Amino acid sequence: MAKKTLGPVRREFTPWEDTAAEPFIEFRNVTKRFGDFVAVDNLSLKIYEREFFALLGGSGCGKTTMMRMLAGFETPTSGQIFLDGQDLAGIPAFRRPSNMMFQSYALFPHMSVENNIAFGLKQDKLPKSEIDDRVAEMLRLTKLEQFAKRKPHQLSGGQRQRVALARSLAKRPKVLLLDEPLGALDRKLREETQFELMALQEDLKMTFLIVTHDQEEAMTVADRIAVMDQGQLVQVATPAEIYETPNSKFVANFIGDVNLIETKVVEASPSQTRLEAMMGGFLIETDQTTSARPGDTVWYAIRPEKVRVAKGKAEPGSVNAVNGPVWDIAYLGDVSIIHAKIGEGDFDTLKSTFANVTRVVEDPITWYDDVVLTFDRNAGVILDR
Amino acid sequence: MRSGPTWFNVTSLVLGFTFLYLPIVILVIFSFNESRLVTVWGGFSTKWYVELFKNKQLLDAAWVTLKVAFLSASIATVLGTMAALVLVRSGRFVGRSLFSGMIFAPLVMPEVILGLSLLLLFVAMDQARGFWTVMIAHTTFAMCYVAVVVQSRLVGFDKSIEEAAEDLGCPPVRSFFLITLPIIFPGVLAGWMLAFTLSLDDLVIASFTTGPGATTLPMKIYSQVRLGVTPEINAICTILVVLVTFGVIAASLASKRQELQRAHDERAAFGAN
Amino acid sequence: MSQKKSQAPKRSLGSKALIAVPFLWLVIFFLAPFFIVFKISLSEVAVAIPPYLPTFDLAEGWTGFVEALSGFSFENYIWLIEDDLYWKSYLSSAQIALISTLITLVVGYPIAYGMARSPKEWRPTLLMLVILPFWTSFLIRVYAWIGILKNEGLLNQLLLALGVINEPLVIMNTDLAVYIGIVYSYLPFLVLPLYASLEKLDISLLEAAEDLGCPPWKAFWKITLPLSIPGVVAGCFLVFIPAVGEFVIPDLLGGSNTLMIGKTLWVEFFSNRDWPVSSAVAVILLLILVVPIVLFQNHQQKLAEMQS
Repeated sequence: MAKKTLGPVRREFTPWEDTAAEPFIEFRNVTKRFGDFVAVDNLSLKIYEREFFALLGGSGCGKTTMMRMLAGFETPTSGQIFLDGQDLAGIPAFRRPSNMMFQSYALFPHMSVENNIAFGLKQDKLPKSEIDDRVAEMLRLTKLEQFAKRKPHQLSGGQRQRVALARSLAKRPKVLLLDEPLGALDRKLREETQFELMALQEDLKMTFLIVTHDQEEAMTVADRIAVMDQGQLVQVATPAEIYETPNSKFVANFIGDVNLIETKVVEASPSQTRLEAMMGGFLIETDQTTSARPGDTVWYAIRPEKVRVAKGKAEPGSVNAVNGPVWDIAYLGDVSIIHAKIGEGDFDTLKSTFANVTRVVEDPITWYDDVVLTFDRNAGVILDR
Repeated sequence: MRSGPTWFNVTSLVLGFTFLYLPIVILVIFSFNESRLVTVWGGFSTKWYVELFKNKQLLDAAWVTLKVAFLSASIATVLGTMAALVLVRSGRFVGRSLFSGMIFAPLVMPEVILGLSLLLLFVAMDQARGFWTVMIAHTTFAMCYVAVVVQSRLVGFDKSIEEAAEDLGCPPVRSFFLITLPIIFPGVLAGWMLAFTLSLDDLVIASFTTGPGATTLPMKIYSQVRLGVTPEINAICTILVVLVTFGVIAASLASKRQELQRAHDERAAFGAN
Repeated sequence: MSQKKSQAPKRSLGSKALIAVPFLWLVIFFLAPFFIVFKISLSEVAVAIPPYLPTFDLAEGWTGFVEALSGFSFENYIWLIEDDLYWKSYLSSAQIALISTLITLVVGYPIAYGMARSPKEWRPTLLMLVILPFWTSFLIRVYAWIGILKNEGLLNQLLLALGVINEPLVIMNTDLAVYIGIVYSYLPFLVLPLYASLEKLDISLLEAAEDLGCPPWKAFWKITLPLSIPGVVAGCFLVFIPAVGEFVIPDLLGGSNTLMIGKTLWVEFFSNRDWPVSSAVAVILLLILVVPIVLFQNHQQKLAEMQS
């Protein structure tokens, strides 16, 4: 039997599945309050050596506070933080073995590129020859050799970003902290840089912790993602798990596009679950099991690209199929999105996304066409929160 | 809205700036008057400037004033910069509103009150009055101006630059001198210049707090002005006006050039990309 | 997230020293002197050096303080009330300051408006031209007006030559000269905040008004003026507060019957050598000024909050 996984496999690296593995970074029951505001709420998290870990969430969710506590710019109100077995309490930022790449890059405007990179090494009072070697290596690594003598304001945004990266890597920190590192770059440069970051992390065999609000960025670079909301972890899992098996409506909504269908449980047996959709009244059958009882309300989350659309009508009594007129069509170039109206209410629509694999379409679907929407037994997930 | 100057705007600007500058221009012109009468033109002459440099008392006063101004501006710059750091960075602490009140009050407090109160303090402390008491008095009110100037510079300062230095292993005090100070330096320099000219100008506070042997130039000018307008005073005023004007224009041109250079570099960097 | 203030952060020795040094300097050389002024305002005149009788000595501690309390004389304050010179000085200071502030506003508004509506590339130069007089000596700028305003001065010469008047105008040594001096000296203080608020005004607001059928002169009254009020208020405070206590201008330009409290205090102190009474004058002046200073502070704070 062929091996089954959620999505493509990027690298064989799953220390978090090994119960005996020692975490490299550990947050233990950490709480951080600012006055009445709870930024981080009794949160525990383990991150492993050589992992590329992403903290993902909207603004104010506590992700930046987590990183700043690790870097030493904020002190936890309660709880402990360990790095490589060492309790970080009481250690000031300038003695911690982590380095940070700032959102604003925070380059020293009055120093040249090479002096920016050398700054951290000089604080360690390394011999001059070693500093020079390390700076040269960093300049080569980030392709900044010909800009060594320039000042930050003489660089473009992408170059500044690389200087900030080189500066934070120069000391070979135990963990590199990246605070929205690519937020200021335009989309194309951002995508390139994401792959550069991943390659760099593989080469240097270092632990990276990235904070971002950009779900695509987190999905691209990270081995594991922690989705945060209101100071708490909602789900910690690999990108594929987060996308394919979200554990809550919040995660399903936050990552990617989703149809969230409110349903009533009709049958909940150990082998399968049957649900009746509130809108459209169609039946959903899945192998997934649920702890909910018949009559309970649960949600069925299904990604639009997993909903197939075709002209026609569903046969009466069919499951995992529903029909209705086309309500809206969005053409985005690579994909198109069709909204079909399947219920009475204004918002009772179901989305289907499909790739535009041909340039010319024969007999295209258009407004008010009757379409049938179908999906596989295990295309979606049942969510009870 | 029409862009470009309308006749109304141009007229108000011309009249306004004439009002601001004409008295000073007249003062400068009449410092070159041959006649002793300051209001009747008697031909061009530089003799009042020559007189000036023969007037030992006046030169002494000028020297005292420069020493006071230099010292008080320097101390005020250190204290004012510290105060600005406290205002911007220290968050809440007991007495914070008292502290900011003490920084802002001297800016609007009548000089007669500041002068009188400091004099009475020195008397109560049984302190002989003279050079040092004037210097302390000037430091006290000038530091508040420095604090305001430096504060405005600090507010626009990206704090993460300091955090980056700390993150790279630099302790806070060292990162202030290595990173923060060089970046806010233009503001500190502007604060120093302001403190220097304020001290140079001050008549009222110096009159209260001075003692024998520490007569400052404004006091000298004031006592002569009371006796009447003379071309000699016009001459010394002209020298002061020219010095200050050149200082301010040079400083602002320097900062403007720096800005232009920076803008140019930035364009070049982005153009090349 | 990073902007939130942490509550009561633990401070290192260094940051304590950072607060303590300027704080102590100001307490000793700014705050403490006021208490001494207050103390001396409650003592009696003496022919001595210093010319007052100390009514209590800090060395005697609390008992000395209590004893002294009964011995305090409010004579100087009663004197201030009984002699109409003083309250007339206060009133006339406030009046002169108020009138000068209004004139400064009328003179300064068109300048600030003209600057804010000038082409962008002129603005830094114009701004520097307004600031420059602020750097040149106050005394010199007041002095410059003497030659212009006096009876045989340049203004009278000009007007006589033009045949506008037959006899020289008496401006020097009158209240009018004081108004001119205050307006001239404090004009930059009003123009700067006003310019700042006018320059921020979004031109498209006026375009929107015009687009909706409002003629430009009306748009000025309905849009520009109301939105520049914060700048007007700040500028007026900055002129009014220091003008109340002004000494140099009334002394050099005003006449013997120009009453201003700063001058009265000076004369009381230097000519009459009556330290207790001049201290009492200072205390009352301070009390009078506390109201506008606090109002000004609140106004600035509100502005800062609105902007953030």
